[in-house]
Amino acid sequence: MLNIRWRPLEVVFWLCTLLPFAVAPGYLSLASQIAITALFALSLDLILGYAGIVSLGHAAFFGLGAYSAGLLAKHLWAEPLTGLALAGALSGLVGYATSHVVVRFRHLALIMLTLGFGLLLHEAANSASALTGGADGLQGFRVPSVLGFRFDLYGTTAYGYALAVLFACFLISRRIIHSPFGLALRGIRENATRMPAIGAPSRAHLRKAYTLAAVMAGIAGALLTHTTSTVSLEVLSFGRSADVLVILILGGAGRLYGGILGAILYMVARDQFSGANPQYWYFWIGLLLIAVVMFLPNGILGGLARFSRRAA
Amino acid sequence: MAQALDLELPAGARYALIGPNGAGKTTLINLVTGMLAPDGGSVLLDGEDITALPAEARVKRGLARTFQINALFPQLTALESVALAVLERDGHAHNWWRGLPRFGAQLDEAQAILESLRLESQGNRLTRELAYGEQRLLEIALALATRPRVLLLDEPAAGVPRDETARLFAAIAGLSRELTVLFIEHDMEVVFRFASRILVMVGGRILVQGTPEEIARDPIVREVYLGRARHA
Repeated sequence: MLNIRWRPLEVVFWLCTLLPFAVAPGYLSLASQIAITALFALSLDLILGYAGIVSLGHAAFFGLGAYSAGLLAKHLWAEPLTGLALAGALSGLVGYATSHVVVRFRHLALIMLTLGFGLLLHEAANSASALTGGADGLQGFRVPSVLGFRFDLYGTTAYGYALAVLFACFLISRRIIHSPFGLALRGIRENATRMPAIGAPSRAHLRKAYTLAAVMAGIAGALLTHTTSTVSLEVLSFGRSADVLVILILGGAGRLYGGILGAILYMVARDQFSGANPQYWYFWIGLLLIAVVMFLPNGILGGLARFSRRAA
Repeated sequence: MAQALDLELPAGARYALIGPNGAGKTTLINLVTGMLAPDGGSVLLDGEDITALPAEARVKRGLARTFQINALFPQLTALESVALAVLERDGHAHNWWRGLPRFGAQLDEAQAILESLRLESQGNRLTRELAYGEQRLLEIALALATRPRVLLLDEPAAGVPRDETARLFAAIAGLSRELTVLFIEHDMEVVFRFASRILVMVGGRILVQGTPEEIARDPIVREVYLGRARHA
């Protein structure tokens, strides 16, 4: 971890993210959805993969970001970059406030707390239909362009926008995990009880990580709002929290790229399978999840890393 | 477990805490370091009352400990582990915008601490890959990285083969004389060799304390503690 230089494979990977523009112009909308989900998974990785906080309610921050971006565009202005910043700030604020409770608990209690918090927000948004549109979703606004690029029907601008934000957030995450703070987070994950004995204020570290993850999840939610010009209640759903957890576990938690890889596999597979047999989708995902957890406990990326070490 | 007891560690002391299993030795360390809250009484460091401080704040004031059962960071390298403790001590651990390689002074110090315990060649290996004896040394390295004034070692040689125990205690004996050390140890040969003073704990109380010579002669100690070894 002391070596923080870019590996060639990383450069190749990010260059490949530009390929959809050239080879799959029909799939740019899907690609932008993947980039958004990848960012959401990356934000979960900061707390789950690096700090060991298991959350089943992470969609709360995604939804907060999505709704605040939507409400801002509908009632005040439709410029998306300031929307991203405000959505991230609001999610971060709520994340910071709830972190004081969340970091006091671990294990089952922690999972239930985050789950409860997620359900609470979902129902609140459902009830406050005057503000949020309730079950019909928030409609009647349009984000026309970003930095002068108009959002087009094919999703070219949407993907470019989502990819640029994903990459920027990735750079920040990469810097975080290579920093002293990132090392402290890994220390908490590895042995939370030892941390106080080396003078580390674990809870303060965890509060900060939780807040940063909330900011990033909020930005992902706002991205979805900007690229679709609508907010559905689903952004706060339990299903979204569960999906992102599955995506991160499949890809490999604690490896930065795990969430991104997981998002690509999950979303592409869902796009392909659900066309044929939508009702079977979760059957295959369930099977895949069981197989990965049993045979690749560190996810697909962890399995690949082990394989390449053995081959070397 | 620990009942009303009075314990004073003068600066620079090398104290051994001995006593049968269940006497409350580890509990005493937990109470002093803030891992357990006492029902009453107070803990003073340089005359200052630290009873109300959480464990990490006591570490910041110079009170460090090691654990009887390894409490390490399995997936961090030895150097990362020690560097983490150094960075925490220097107040850099909150920094999330600068890369670790920019903290050269802290990394150098971590490397120097590993060297002082002859672990320098193992710095880039994961903790879980280190030999058990090396992990015991890393326990001490982590505590030293907090730059303590008082160091409490809970059975530093627990589980270490006898011939390696000497190397471990030689490292402990080589620590700065300004450092106050209290160690729990069952091996009487080691205790008599390295301790300047011995405290005997039984049933949550300090039964008796004195120089190694006094303890060796003490009839009660021979009966209660050393005697068991004779009968065994």
